[in-house]
Amino acid sequence: MDDVEDVAPRPDRVDTGVGPAIDPAVDPAVDPAATSTDGAGGTDGAAPSPATAPAPPAAPTAAVVRRVRRRREGAVIAGVAGGIADHLGVDVLRVRLVFVLLVAAAGAGFAAYALLWLFCPIEPRGVRRAVPPRERRQGLGLATLGVLLALVLSGIGGQLSGWVVGPLAVVLTGVALVWREADTPDAEAGLAQRSRRLVGGRLGLLRLLAGAVLVTAGIAAFLLGNVDLSQVQFGLLAALATLAGVVVLTVPWWMRLVRELGAERRERIRGQERADIAAHLHDSVLQTLALIQKQAGEDVAGREVRRLARSQERELRAWLYGPPGGDAGHPAGAGDATFAAALASTAGEVEDDYGLRVAPVVVGDAPLDPDTTALVAAAREAMVNAAKHAGVDEVDVYAEVEPETVEVFVRDRGRGFDPDAVPEDRRGLAGSVRDRMTRHGGRVRLRTAPGEGTEVGLVLPRARRGTHGAPSNGTSETPLEEEAR
Amino acid sequence: MTEPSGTTSGTPDELVTVVVVDDHALFRRGVRAELESLARRTVSVVGEAGSVDEAVAVIGHRKPDVVLLDVHMPDGGGAAVLSRTRPEHPDVVFLALSVSDAAEDVISVIRAGARGYVTKTISGRELADAVVRVKAGDAVFSPRLAGFVLDAFADRPGATGVVDPELDQLTRRERDVLRLLARGWSYKEIAAELVISVKTVETHVSSVLRKTQSSNRHELSRWASDRRLV
Repeated sequence: MDDVEDVAPRPDRVDTGVGPAIDPAVDPAVDPAATSTDGAGGTDGAAPSPATAPAPPAAPTAAVVRRVRRRREGAVIAGVAGGIADHLGVDVLRVRLVFVLLVAAAGAGFAAYALLWLFCPIEPRGVRRAVPPRERRQGLGLATLGVLLALVLSGIGGQLSGWVVGPLAVVLTGVALVWREADTPDAEAGLAQRSRRLVGGRLGLLRLLAGAVLVTAGIAAFLLGNVDLSQVQFGLLAALATLAGVVVLTVPWWMRLVRELGAERRERIRGQERADIAAHLHDSVLQTLALIQKQAGEDVAGREVRRLARSQERELRAWLYGPPGGDAGHPAGAGDATFAAALASTAGEVEDDYGLRVAPVVVGDAPLDPDTTALVAAAREAMVNAAKHAGVDEVDVYAEVEPETVEVFVRDRGRGFDPDAVPEDRRGLAGSVRDRMTRHGGRVRLRTAPGEGTEVGLVLPRARRGTHGAPSNGTSETPLEEEAR
Repeated sequence: MTEPSGTTSGTPDELVTVVVVDDHALFRRGVRAELESLARRTVSVVGEAGSVDEAVAVIGHRKPDVVLLDVHMPDGGGAAVLSRTRPEHPDVVFLALSVSDAAEDVISVIRAGARGYVTKTISGRELADAVVRVKAGDAVFSPRLAGFVLDAFADRPGATGVVDPELDQLTRRERDVLRLLARGWSYKEIAAELVISVKTVETHVSSVLRKTQSSNRHELSRWASDRRLV
């Protein structure tokens, strides 16, 4: 036992391996990389908005497509420059400088920044980074520099008159203010909460107003400078009338949106409650039932208590996870539609009738037909036989469905017997089981010896082809699901 | 809830030290009583913890040989304990002890680094044996776990996304061993049946565990997520 560890070293690199196994909640449309990464943090079920998708943290080790994520902390405007710096692994200052220089190229810096702002998701919450105040000051300075540069250059170049550039700068500042406010990091809880948090507090409202005023002022200034006043009056009136008309026309849509928001929230709460109840039952009741089974005494009353607890546990499990043989999400229905479900419920019956534990493990599944039904019946005989004669309180049942054969092994660690000197009360095994199996083209293999327990192996060929039921077949194919208990 | 050991008096050091992590105080007491009342005592419970934070603290303080770990706990459960303690204490071995038989729970905790998985209805004797075996570097596969792994590694038609074929296949021998484990056979019986040594059986099982833990296999993930809990 000592040198096993040399042969099989403890795998230390699997620490990140949890993710793919348990995290199907990642929306592949939002983050294509997430399907192959460790997305352990991505299970918050709130519907993410495209702009602020709380994408799962990328695994540090896995080789996946990394995406640019805007910085949440230490952002001067929207964290775009910081995100790019993180992505490329360069200093933020350089990225910001590049943006400022790009502004000189006919304002390309502005456009690039705005587009990146729109299309890059913000990084998930909880990433802590210390941003020195100096870096922040530099960032602010560079942003101002960029705006000034734009003004000056356009003035010098003369492509745009001062009347256009001035108001444009004002409008851009206003837009940046409003966008920033709408994009606050808090604004991604749930769809319903977000509508409330869209305007975050008094300061936020102030910023929003200031932004709106700036935008309006910019547009007004532009219009005033270029068009004469009477036309502006008319234009304003026309715009207001159109806006009012649009609002009135779209009232039903607004109402529906609000209603759907409410419905969605209710549905989510209900689902959450359901999950909570299931988790609670799982945690408390199943634990207690397990405890009862362990603590119950060995006398008649104890056996009865154990039997009841086992039966309750089985029913609760079936309710929580769907009946054995079916998936929790796709219950197998009232009848036992498949071989695995039938075998599991048969095991349950034997458990109830004889007060012992029958633990079925089924690999693969097959539809129930006369042959497999007979196999289940034969397996039942074998279980009952073990329950009656072996003198044990646990029987292992293992079934494996393969393309050519279905095998069931019923094993106990009880008395065992000498197969050559079968006593009268063992006729059940010899008669019922063997006859059933041979009628359906199968066979029975018995391993037993006095004191060594009994294993009844039932082998049923499926495709009427070569029957080889040795326990050491090579590969197996399991066309259907396994029982999900 | 953290109870320092009160029963280590005169403990010879060949006893395997164990910390029990479970949010049910009743169950912790039951396990402790059962393990320590065995006729041939092999295990000593040196600490208990009822939450993830407590578990991290107790494991760090006591440095037990084996941690009996409940899968379902508030604040992330057994997987959280594993991910927070394994980097600092690579020598501590984890054995999952759960009331749940759900495939997802089993596979996820194994993939998080547990060396074995047993259900809570296991008897005290068997539990003590399992503890001693994981301590010795073995994997502990209950018949159910063996069945899950067999199913997860089954070569379904149309299986795709095999990343590392070397890693993602079980050898024929490993399958044989798993099958017999699923049938409830002991290592000794398996060794006799396959005409190999017990040590070889252990090696096969450890290697299956390693493959289950580190396989990138797409099938394995999908298989587990198909059987997701509510």
